[in-house]
Amino acid sequence: MSDALSGLYQQVILDHSKQRSGDRLLERADATRFERNPSCGDEITLQFVLKPGTDIVEEIAWQGNGCSISMASASVLSQLAPGLTVMELQATIDEFRTMLRSKGVGEPDEDVLGDAVVFQGVSKYVMRVKCAMLAWVATEGTMADVARARD
Amino acid sequence: MSLSVAGTATIAPLTEAEVARIRADFPALAEIVNGEPLAYLDSGATAQRPQQVLDAEVDFLKHSNGAVHRGAHTLAGLATEAYEAARETVAAFVGADAEEIVWTSNATDALNLVAHGFINATAGRGGAAAQRFVLSPGDEIVVTEAEHHANIVPWQEVAAHTGATLRFVPVDDNGIWTVADAAAVITESTKIVAFSHVSNVTGFIAPVEEVVALARAAGALVVLDVCQSAPHRALDLRTLDVDFAAFSGHKMLGPTGIGVLYGRKELLNALPPFRTGGSMIETVTMMSSTFMPAPQRFEAGTQPVSQAIALAEAVRYLNAIGLDRIEAREEQLADRMLAGLAEIPGIRVVGPARGVARAGLASFDVDGVHAHDVGQFLDDKGIAVRVGHHCTQPLHRRLGLTATTRASAYVYTTEAEVDRFLAAVAGVRPYFGVSE
Repeated sequence: MSDALSGLYQQVILDHSKQRSGDRLLERADATRFERNPSCGDEITLQFVLKPGTDIVEEIAWQGNGCSISMASASVLSQLAPGLTVMELQATIDEFRTMLRSKGVGEPDEDVLGDAVVFQGVSKYVMRVKCAMLAWVATEGTMADVARARD
Repeated sequence: MSLSVAGTATIAPLTEAEVARIRADFPALAEIVNGEPLAYLDSGATAQRPQQVLDAEVDFLKHSNGAVHRGAHTLAGLATEAYEAARETVAAFVGADAEEIVWTSNATDALNLVAHGFINATAGRGGAAAQRFVLSPGDEIVVTEAEHHANIVPWQEVAAHTGATLRFVPVDDNGIWTVADAAAVITESTKIVAFSHVSNVTGFIAPVEEVVALARAAGALVVLDVCQSAPHRALDLRTLDVDFAAFSGHKMLGPTGIGVLYGRKELLNALPPFRTGGSMIETVTMMSSTFMPAPQRFEAGTQPVSQAIALAEAVRYLNAIGLDRIEAREEQLADRMLAGLAEIPGIRVVGPARGVARAGLASFDVDGVHAHDVGQFLDDKGIAVRVGHHCTQPLHRRLGLTATTRASAYVYTTEAEVDRFLAAVAGVRPYFGVSE
């Protein structure tokens, strides 16, 4: 097995892809998005919930169907998001995207990304960046929906 | 070894020694991928090209490049001659006349050309000659549930534009359909029957003759997608008696950017053109235009000239080997794949059972591991396969799968590559920690 493949499929990722956090749908959410990667068919329905009257994330819940990278990244995100403000979550998503597009160059900010740094190995596989971004893009969509609803 | 199921028992398959010599013609096959020699098992998506095809294109561009069907200079003449000679070569390859071969940019484009001919005829274009292409509410278009999106979506557009209804021949749990399934859907209302000769996912070989008989009895026209058959088996479209057929260059050792539409001469000359503009007209006034006969009436604008010339070289390359021998060889390789995959726990192969005729490919699900992860694992070992829905979402939905992994063989595939592939697949579930 190559080092790159081991770097891609970290044990944490394989664990998250099987024991998924946040893998459920709620009766009520502030916004819900369906996101799909048309080239491979991976899909996710993701729900975004704020603590009432605040801009602090209470929960991200989701259900999906896809590869280990897309499912594990949704799982990690749902663990990482609660307690962050919307702005902090957006900064985290930005940092995650930057890391994935780095082609393996540079060091990600672990203070911002937390457990999500395990996806650094994905950056060496251009074809898999979309997999890792699936839930994160869906989350950006729900945050935009929430912001629009407030305007 | 003799397999009687596909009637190829008397044809000697290509030998390993011959395949070894063939491989020397393909520069890409010498690539090292992730530290391993490339095992290219994705020819169903796009084939590698031999040096002869690469050289034919470059030689043309170096010595004879010019605009075809216009200009009086020497290179324009050479280019036009080579371009039309290529059409003759490709026509003979599928048992057609040159006027029955339309260059397109790919097979999808060819199917769209036919589909939009129906749409334009229904909109009143093409006059009395195009009446046979006019559709109205109550008319039906029949496809199969196993079709590539390229043979579904254009027909959805035709239905939306004309009011006709799109119906489909359902497949079973393995993605297979029968003549009886087709007979249940093809009726007197059917005006078009469109299906693939060989499935790009299951490798199923369609009963073309029987379906054509059903279509003829119903008065329907037949559109055959031969993308997965033209590169791999001898094809005589006249004998198959289909009305239209589409295939692409890049799956048969030729370039990308060129495809072929075959149509029976009288149909092509009556079908309203899809794309209009330069090169396809006879007379243009500021108010209206008249169109050339086929095939020029469908070839508006600058054409893929060097690609056509290289595709003709690919045809010569395949002819020199012999399509019957390629088919027999791929049948052996498919059997090797199926036998090996059957030994691996947690593998579900879709398509015809072992012993039933199928093309040289195998698509499968690995229980507990997504196809993209399977493909990544194989790629790490230098093995190139296709993963995903293979542009057949309805078929995958019917099979209860979102994605599969496909290994597809061609003229340069070795038994050792198939064995490497099988050994790697056996390692997938252990690597991803999926228990029995």
